[in-house]
Amino acid sequence: MSHVPTFEPFNIQIGDDLTWNVEPLLHEVRHALENLIQNGATAIIDLRSIPLAPGEEEKLLNALGQGEVKAQLNALGASEIIETQYTGVWIVTHYNDEQDIISRFIEITTMPDILRSQSEDIIEAYERLNSDLQNMQIMNQSSVEKIS
Amino acid sequence: MTIEKSTFQLQAKEMTLGEVLRSRGISRRSFLKFCAATASMMAISPAMIPKIAEALEKARKPSVIWLSFQECTGCTESLLRAHSSTIENLIFDAISLDYHHTLQAASGHAAEEAREIAMAENFGKYVLVVDGSIPVGNPGYSTIAGISNYDMLMESAKGAAAIIAVGTCATYGGIPQANPNPTGAVSVRELIKDKPIINVPGCPPIPVVITGVLTHYLTFGSIPELDHIGRPMVFYGQSIHDRCYRRPFYDKGLFAETFDDEGAKKGWCLYKLGCKGPTTYNACATAKWNNGTSFPIEAGHPCLGCSEPDFWDGGSFYKALSIPTENITKTAVYTVAGAAAAGAVIGAYNRNKKSSAVSKHEKVTIDDLEK
Repeated sequence: MSHVPTFEPFNIQIGDDLTWNVEPLLHEVRHALENLIQNGATAIIDLRSIPLAPGEEEKLLNALGQGEVKAQLNALGASEIIETQYTGVWIVTHYNDEQDIISRFIEITTMPDILRSQSEDIIEAYERLNSDLQNMQIMNQSSVEKIS
Repeated sequence: MTIEKSTFQLQAKEMTLGEVLRSRGISRRSFLKFCAATASMMAISPAMIPKIAEALEKARKPSVIWLSFQECTGCTESLLRAHSSTIENLIFDAISLDYHHTLQAASGHAAEEAREIAMAENFGKYVLVVDGSIPVGNPGYSTIAGISNYDMLMESAKGAAAIIAVGTCATYGGIPQANPNPTGAVSVRELIKDKPIINVPGCPPIPVVITGVLTHYLTFGSIPELDHIGRPMVFYGQSIHDRCYRRPFYDKGLFAETFDDEGAKKGWCLYKLGCKGPTTYNACATAKWNNGTSFPIEAGHPCLGCSEPDFWDGGSFYKALSIPTENITKTAVYTVAGAAAAGAVIGAYNRNKKSSAVSKHEKVTIDDLEK
């Protein structure tokens, strides 16, 4: 049997001020995860659309923790994609050029779409590789001609 | 003097946004990131990201003419300090800002010629953005290149597909219209009756709300759903109070009584310190300011209600809207915003009936607030 990582359960104290949004959000994530398992339906929660008190976003991120995957994108500024300790629950954070967060989502999915290679980019890459190889051939040919 | 446009500019205007971005080497993945940030900015469901991508791919650059009348330039300043520079830059690349006399290099008659060319070339299709109120008391109070604000607005509105009134001055008259309104300032909606007008109030409006409305038009080519006073529902559909993270304190009857008491230090509700959150509709509680850092209530100051009509004439910013008591008929109501406030008072009273703690509320005077 493969090693199964264990995690400390999160513990939001009832006495903590300003934490009313964290627990309902975690329930929403649980509900979405259940829907992913049963129906294969994905969900995205935009954290910028939720009125979070100071420190609540950090509490939420701490509660979700970090799992096995962490990816960094470099597309119009950096983006960070982290799978949380709850497999299938991802935190996707987009930054601008000045490293400011411009949007942050919780995605409940097997893999966030933005991580996949996009078909348009694959076609463009194929054409570019084709052209690079042709140029290489031309350069090799001219080198051979010079030597001979 | 004539203003000539480069071949590139003309070509770029004919291209779709997708083509413009691809010509600049923007990958599809980057485009999806742009769409995700755009969905967040427009306050619409992330499930709509594929539809936004599809619509933006085909969107063509609209011409935008921006007029500034009786204003402080705060609205333009707000927009220029929009935080997501990369994304906003792409949006500004995606529109053709043909006239904005604060931002353009040309001035006087050359600038006016640019406006006239843009209007003629895009008649019936351009978006007219207006910030500032219009003085109708005496046209000489505010003129641009010798043209009165009234004449410039009426002339520019004729060929506009839609008008976006930005800031409380353009939407409701704002501070220039405040009592005694020396210039006879009026809002855009008081003068233009035959065009779709989107009101984006705020003093100033939140930058992402301004760009969000522009982007909605760019993306879908239509105006968003509006409320009864012309504001986009996605940004102004809920009150500050209902989206405020301090709302649970209100529900529990926990209020700051002064700016430096224990309640203030613990971050309790600012209702008794005059917060206009219950009667103010805006996106501050979620979009926030300065790169999502904070908003006035989070900084410990009551909401002034700057996105509501006549907010400047509503009495003291520090006078509580009303304080519910056990008997609504005997309630002393400090109505500062007319019927809307009274409605909120009754709503607040009904909600508070459920809580015995709230039944202990007493009338609070300005003297009490200053204790």
